[in-house]
Amino acid sequence: MVKLTIDGKAVEVEAGSTILDAAKKVGINIPTLCHMEMKDMCIENKPAGCRICVVEVEGRRNLAPSCATAVSEGMVVKTNTIRVLNARRVVMELILSDHPADCLVCAKNGNCDLQSMAQRLDVTEIRYAGVQSTYREDFSPSIIRDMDKCIMCRRCETMCNEVQTVGALSGVNRGFEAVVAPAFEQDLEKSVCTYCGQCVAVCPTGALTEVNNTNRVIAALANPKKKVVVQVAPAVRAALGEEFGLEPGTLVTGKMVAALRNLGFDSVFDTDFAADLTIMEEGTELLDRLTKHLNGEKTHLPILTSCCPAWVNFFEKQFPEFKDIPSTARSPQQMFGSIAKTYYADKIGVDRSDLIVVSIMPCLAKKYECQRDEFKVEGNPDVDFALTTRELGGLIKRANIDFNSLADEDFDKPLGESTGAGVIFGVTGGVIEAAVRTAYEVYTKKTLKSVDFTELRGMEGIRHATVDFDGLELNIGIAHGLGNARELLESIRRGENKFHAIEIMSCPGGCIGGGGQPWHHGKQDVLKARAKAIYAEDVGKTIRKSHENPYIIKLYEEFLGQPMSDKAHHLLHTNYFDREVKFEVKK
Amino acid sequence: MEGNITIKLQQKSIDKIKEICAAFDNDSGELINVLHKTQEHFGYLPAEVQELVASELNCSVAKVYGVVTFYSFFTMIPKGEFPISVCTGTACYVRGADKVVEEIVKELGIKVGETTADGKFSLSCLRCVGACGLAPVVMVGDRTYGRVAPEKVKEILAEYK
Repeated sequence: MVKLTIDGKAVEVEAGSTILDAAKKVGINIPTLCHMEMKDMCIENKPAGCRICVVEVEGRRNLAPSCATAVSEGMVVKTNTIRVLNARRVVMELILSDHPADCLVCAKNGNCDLQSMAQRLDVTEIRYAGVQSTYREDFSPSIIRDMDKCIMCRRCETMCNEVQTVGALSGVNRGFEAVVAPAFEQDLEKSVCTYCGQCVAVCPTGALTEVNNTNRVIAALANPKKKVVVQVAPAVRAALGEEFGLEPGTLVTGKMVAALRNLGFDSVFDTDFAADLTIMEEGTELLDRLTKHLNGEKTHLPILTSCCPAWVNFFEKQFPEFKDIPSTARSPQQMFGSIAKTYYADKIGVDRSDLIVVSIMPCLAKKYECQRDEFKVEGNPDVDFALTTRELGGLIKRANIDFNSLADEDFDKPLGESTGAGVIFGVTGGVIEAAVRTAYEVYTKKTLKSVDFTELRGMEGIRHATVDFDGLELNIGIAHGLGNARELLESIRRGENKFHAIEIMSCPGGCIGGGGQPWHHGKQDVLKARAKAIYAEDVGKTIRKSHENPYIIKLYEEFLGQPMSDKAHHLLHTNYFDREVKFEVKK
Repeated sequence: MEGNITIKLQQKSIDKIKEICAAFDNDSGELINVLHKTQEHFGYLPAEVQELVASELNCSVAKVYGVVTFYSFFTMIPKGEFPISVCTGTACYVRGADKVVEEIVKELGIKVGETTADGKFSLSCLRCVGACGLAPVVMVGDRTYGRVAPEKVKEILAEYK
């Protein structure tokens, strides 16, 4: 242990701790900007680049960045001397000197770490007028890059390269031309980007934002010729409250449904219903492959989950040789769209072109996913618009709805009925737990005593567990974060893999940590609180196994026949493509 | 499949790059050394070469491109048959190197860092060749020209046309 003094307070910390950590221990909150640390998710960005966190260390000539300076015995640190305060302010003014001052109309206005830091440091004028760098804006189906607003904090690079190991972004050029960009400064769309959106989730400014579809949805809602239905992903209800000042982890399912109805959606449905449907298809596929494997027939094991569109992009672009291993089941978003525009459209007697399906997702990759050609019928997409949790928050505010005072309401039938298994799709381990609940009962023809498979839960990046299927030991792997997924894929490539089924979610924590969720500002407790809320919702459900959802049973009886029937295959399954990225050279 | 991409590298170039990478144990920590050797061989680092280096060293193309664009030594543009370097170090600069650069730019119709369409000349600036007594200094290939006035530029270029 190391003893030191910070602002006159004695503190003892482990050797190797930073001044920043030590200060936190005695209630001193040194401001930081580029620094980001989410220990349990193994996320750390401390390039010591912004210099906002500088402090005075006795005996040291220059100021020290507290985020990257280790403590030493007897160290005397001062975090608020006039020298420090002045230096910090000048640093801030210099960062702002080449930053566009269009805060009032910036997508990040009110949620910008740079803005709040300027406010905290009481910067009321910018004395240095720098030359502003201008770059062309880059629009992809999910993410917008406006690098004029980049402050080179490198958080996005850390997420893209170290956490996700996608490798789409890198710092390029030098000096004033320095910018974070894809290889050859091509558009994101032409890069290996998976649209996981983790770069957006951590960007402190408006440099990286999502494609905003709210105006299109408002226009659709205002069109009397269109029937507009909405589906909401499981992770949204565990986070939307944050947009209205509620504590992270507050479940707002009922208020959310009420708000959506107030917004004018004709029917408010639940992606959880489609998650139950996914389990029917994916679970059946798992058992089918397992049976073939046990009979010595040729098949692909392990089966990999396929609910996460960024994960699909990841293996299509970086592991195309594995494109036959993932389940062919479409994601819940797409299953919902497909059923809505066939079964449901027929039921209410509306042509698919007059039915608009909107989805509310915690995700940016979903915006891309719903535009994929496979999910269109004669050009008409199964899901018309995907909005993020944040966009929904914005819509509700614009419509003058006092969210917090809304009375709880229930989802509409038939596509709004769901089970606890559908809910836990929103958190890492949840998809496979839901699959196990159903696969176990179908395979063993016995009823589970407890549906809680706690061994599949948790926040560790890669987890494994063995589930006893009445004598058959099913080995299950779970990875969240694409870096962890890569590790599992590489073990498969090396032939070391012993798993029957693997669940993969691209975002740390699963969908609760998605790129479209309310800003977590680098606080991992926010994600943990959301995970807890999801499991609480599961426990509160009367039915907790997908195959017991009465409306799912009815859907098969009335429309689909059996899981993996021809019709189910046509409407609920998909193909994957080799989309390995090669660069065209611009001459 | 996105894009219709053909790798334009010839097999012997591919082999050479693989050989260079292998000489550094395909270690991504040796990226700068690998790029150094590769540029030494090819004269420049076009996108296809960077892509292959990335895949050989198992790192992202974005990272390779980041390194190539960070260090001014690396270039993605092939050098001309006669590479022109103008010294813009302090001594040359105060004695009018900028005017010399301007004149060359005007004569060749290219910017600094570019190569003429016929591949004959390329233009770059460098900082101090250690011949400050001769300032301003211009180098064409291995030949050094001292005390170059803007009026002399035409004459020098004519030697190579």
